[in-house]
Amino acid sequence: MKGSVAVVGGGIAGIQAALDLADSGFKTYLIESRPSIGGVMSQLDKTFPTNDCAMCILSPKLVETGRHPNIELLSYSDVKSISGKAGDFKVKVVKKARYVDDAKCTGCGTCTEKCPTKVLDEYNAGMSKRKAIYIPFAQAIPRVATIDAAKCMYLTKGKCGVCKKVCGPKAVDYEQKDKEIELDVGSVILATGFKPFDPSALSQYRFDHPDVITSLQFERLLSASGPTQGHVTKQSDGKVPQKVAFIQCVGSRNPRIDRKHCSSVCCMYATKESIIAKEHDPELDITIFHIDIRAFGKNFEEFYNRAQKEYGIKYINSRPPEVIVDAKNSLSMKYEDFNSGELKTENYDLIVLSIGLDPSDSTQGIARSSGIALDDFGNIATSIANPVETSVPGIYVCGVAQGPKDIPDTVAQASAAASKAASLLSKERGTQIKERKFPEEKKLSPDPRVGVFVCHCGINIGSVVNVPNVVEYAKTLPYVAHAQEMLYACSSDSQVTIKEAIAKNNLNRVVVASCTPRTHEPLFQNTCREAGLNPYLFELANIREHCSWVHMKEKEKATAKAKGIVQMAVAKSALFQPLYKQQVSLINKALVLGGGVAGMTAALDIAENGYNVTLVEKEKELGGMLREMTELYNGKKPEEVLKGLLRKVSENKNITVLNEAKLEKVEGYLGNFKGIVNARGKEIPVDFGAAVIATGARNFEPAGLFGYGKDSNVITQAQLEKMLGKGTSANTITMIQCVGARNKEREYCGRTCCTDAVKNAIRIKKANSKASVYVLYRDMRTYGVNEKLYENARDLGVIFIKYDVERQPIVQNGSVVTVHDSMLNEDIEIASDLVVLSTPLVAGENEEINQLFKIPLDKNKFFLEAHPKLRPVDFATDGVFLCGSAQAPKLMDEAISQASAAASRACTILSREFIETEGAVSVVNEAKCIGCGTCVTMCPYNAPSLYDATVKAEEVTYTTKKSKINPAACKGCGSCAAACPAGAIIAQHFSSKEIGEAIDAFDKGVKSISIGKDMVEVTV
Amino acid sequence: MNDSISDGISAEAAAAPKTDGWEPKIVAFCCNWCSYGGADSAGMGRFQQPASARIIRVMCSGRIDPLHVFNAFLEGADAVLVTGCHIGDCHYVNGNDKTKIKYKYLENVAHELGIEKERLQLNWISASEGEKFANFIRDVTEQIKKLGPSPLKPAGVV
Repeated sequence: MKGSVAVVGGGIAGIQAALDLADSGFKTYLIESRPSIGGVMSQLDKTFPTNDCAMCILSPKLVETGRHPNIELLSYSDVKSISGKAGDFKVKVVKKARYVDDAKCTGCGTCTEKCPTKVLDEYNAGMSKRKAIYIPFAQAIPRVATIDAAKCMYLTKGKCGVCKKVCGPKAVDYEQKDKEIELDVGSVILATGFKPFDPSALSQYRFDHPDVITSLQFERLLSASGPTQGHVTKQSDGKVPQKVAFIQCVGSRNPRIDRKHCSSVCCMYATKESIIAKEHDPELDITIFHIDIRAFGKNFEEFYNRAQKEYGIKYINSRPPEVIVDAKNSLSMKYEDFNSGELKTENYDLIVLSIGLDPSDSTQGIARSSGIALDDFGNIATSIANPVETSVPGIYVCGVAQGPKDIPDTVAQASAAASKAASLLSKERGTQIKERKFPEEKKLSPDPRVGVFVCHCGINIGSVVNVPNVVEYAKTLPYVAHAQEMLYACSSDSQVTIKEAIAKNNLNRVVVASCTPRTHEPLFQNTCREAGLNPYLFELANIREHCSWVHMKEKEKATAKAKGIVQMAVAKSALFQPLYKQQVSLINKALVLGGGVAGMTAALDIAENGYNVTLVEKEKELGGMLREMTELYNGKKPEEVLKGLLRKVSENKNITVLNEAKLEKVEGYLGNFKGIVNARGKEIPVDFGAAVIATGARNFEPAGLFGYGKDSNVITQAQLEKMLGKGTSANTITMIQCVGARNKEREYCGRTCCTDAVKNAIRIKKANSKASVYVLYRDMRTYGVNEKLYENARDLGVIFIKYDVERQPIVQNGSVVTVHDSMLNEDIEIASDLVVLSTPLVAGENEEINQLFKIPLDKNKFFLEAHPKLRPVDFATDGVFLCGSAQAPKLMDEAISQASAAASRACTILSREFIETEGAVSVVNEAKCIGCGTCVTMCPYNAPSLYDATVKAEEVTYTTKKSKINPAACKGCGSCAAACPAGAIIAQHFSSKEIGEAIDAFDKGVKSISIGKDMVEVTV
Repeated sequence: MNDSISDGISAEAAAAPKTDGWEPKIVAFCCNWCSYGGADSAGMGRFQQPASARIIRVMCSGRIDPLHVFNAFLEGADAVLVTGCHIGDCHYVNGNDKTKIKYKYLENVAHELGIEKERLQLNWISASEGEKFANFIRDVTEQIKKLGPSPLKPAGVV
């Protein structure tokens, strides 16, 4: 058994799995075949449905992964084979030759600039050129250049060699060879992602025409870092298009080319791309041609509605058979509008093919080489009850490698896979991890002695800013004891130089004038710490992003500004005080609220990771909605799953179940919560370090709709589900979809209702092929691999009739259903024995819990996760996690994935020996505090609280309120300090004094300083 | 890293304002997570802008105390910019909502003091909006150049 895990694939799935494992005490190898981690998400401009900038939310994860002491990044490496068994695997990895020494390369980009060979840039989906030696994108991790061996002139023809000549740190190495290594790991997680469908296989769509592009190319056109800086232009003539069409399901839902699956994400990304394009250019005319619009996720339907109402994006229900290119090379399409039956022809300037997700080559390759079973679609095969477990014990899967899914579902599954690997290896936790060791901190002398290091950044700063001039200027500033220039302040030899300078000059403050603290502050803080300085005694002066790069043609002004920036940093740093993260002990126990399939799974996963869990269920028995189900959508019996879960829960000694119980009170914070559970009238105290909310949802009761409640023939889908446990004698069954959903009162889509309806329709037809089943729908949303159920149902003779939201079906006397078929454009009457209403899940009693934990609800009263994309099972409040239908309706396998994910996230806390607080937190000056409580109302984290203090003043003793801030809960935003009317709160590291000094130093006397004659300009 | 960027430089640089003597002093408060990132993105995208602004980084726009703003004016700033994440995007749940409220108050006080509205501006800039950041600095610089030095500028400060 090994305490290490190999994660294959460095997209968002692999990154999340690796971070979770590394944070829970496992050595993790992250293997990525491309030069940088980040996957397809790094190419996206925005993410639906919030239009968050994809790189902005991804980049911090990239940096964190690159820096994590327990993650060993093997980028530009391929997995050859996996052998062995659970607990002891051998993974053969080929580290491809980069021809650049990654230990020496600083990522300055000089080689890239000078390289004469241009190659199509895959990051921009082939729409621009990059160099043969390249860093794939600005935020790439590792930030190391790679030589494209197939295109490099030196490696192919032996000519050139420019990159080697210009490389300052001598990192280029043309002699490098591929290297095979073998990893010993306890478990493997496959996160091998997908391959975008290649539309040239569908010649009718004329992908050969420059103005027919893929959705991924359109995404790059929209991106500010893309080939056109975010301006949508035609590839043919560079002009701005006026009419744009999206064709959906290109490479999806197409049995003729063996793509039977729905790719799950295309409807929403097309909607997103349309909205962004309209935001750039409101005059754009955009049409999306689709079969069904599958807006099934949280806030997707709302997003789709906004696209139509606010942005005027047109959705036409049709699948155009071909793209027509005329003699003038212009584009048009003939299509049949399914809603009106009309045949139309329309011209377009730009046609976007919404390409689907194909299983990646590495998914297929590794599965074959290592004997891992694939499903009918070429994805790694799993089951509903075990959605991340492959056919080989100890090898887990997550993300699109398991089936098409969006980013939040991918991230949840990644955490789920991490949870499974961690429970398998829980006995080996902490055996292979490293901790950084630092020397003791030097005692701080009272007088500030500031060291200033000004970076040339190759030519990035040095070619614009006169660096030696800035150094000379810095030497004249108050408190500066040492100033010097550096070619690359971030290179490893520079760290040695900085440490030596600190020791030699007895420096107690350090200012590096180089690039942005958002990426480089931790590096230099670490260097300071290694030299015995507190990391909070460091300041970065950003003279690259904020100076040399934005004043490239104004060298003098840029130099003056760089001096000013350094001056402000020096003035501020002189006031810096050492700050310390506090270590707070924690309770290594968890609380899980809700004993349905999600709650039980979460509890089991945490327990199997080795921690105690209290599972609180409001009913007499565990099981939740699983008890109401009679068949799963893979044909399996839910009792078997339920029995298995119940047995495991009762056998696990780490789990305490409290039935007929309710959490009544909670106080505390991350790592240290205390609560009271009322179980059958008895008050039981519980203490825990983390909590998982798995309280589920309930079925919507459609009282008064379509005669429900009046006529016994009108039932809900949930009632039919129960009935089908015994079978039904009804011969004609009509199902009505979207009852109580996708309307004004409840805008969201029920997500599960289409799959449930199709599943039950199939059951009826299989039991009695003579029975007639009609499904009246608005859009069939059998997303992902469940598309196959929809296909089966149609093959079995289930009749699907599309109705329009404006013309709802009518049910008379509970038996005759009249529906306007919007495709045939005529009314149809169906005499039905049974009318089944498919209703959505609605939020349960979430309002009580949200008050207890101070966690937010969304507008539909489901719980609101910390971030809809990258933190799908976290709350903004640390230590509290979320899973299952309490977050939004979901299918059973999704709820199980989320439950394991929540468990994994909880284990990243429970596995710690202590909780480390933020260093730069706010503190209260008690003498000044007037106890008004403004800070208490201001703080979103409940960090400040009032307490009764006894004050002695001029021989009078009295009791008054004073505020204190809990450093464990404070995140250091400083809002309380800005709001405090008495000025009693100090936002450390950003105090009014520190900010004030920086303001005072703004260009103070910069121009009056004369420049020494003996200075030599350095050219690089 | 590609050709289009270097093409971008010359076009942007051509649009840079003329250097005719007086350059305003602009203090821009930026939050760590969004607008500071926006300023970084302006750099990464090489969006050229006048060298008139100095950025003061705070973790959240909610940290910006009205006193800091007036401190800047009294130290000779010709304009003060308050920037943060777009509403709903705050890294600290709702810090920018608080900024919005405080800013209303600030606006009123500035108006009472006779400070032109161009000299105190609020803008939400995400970490990806480099071009927006650069345009903002350029626009404000142009506006202030027309207005001339701030009436609150102490004697002797350029």
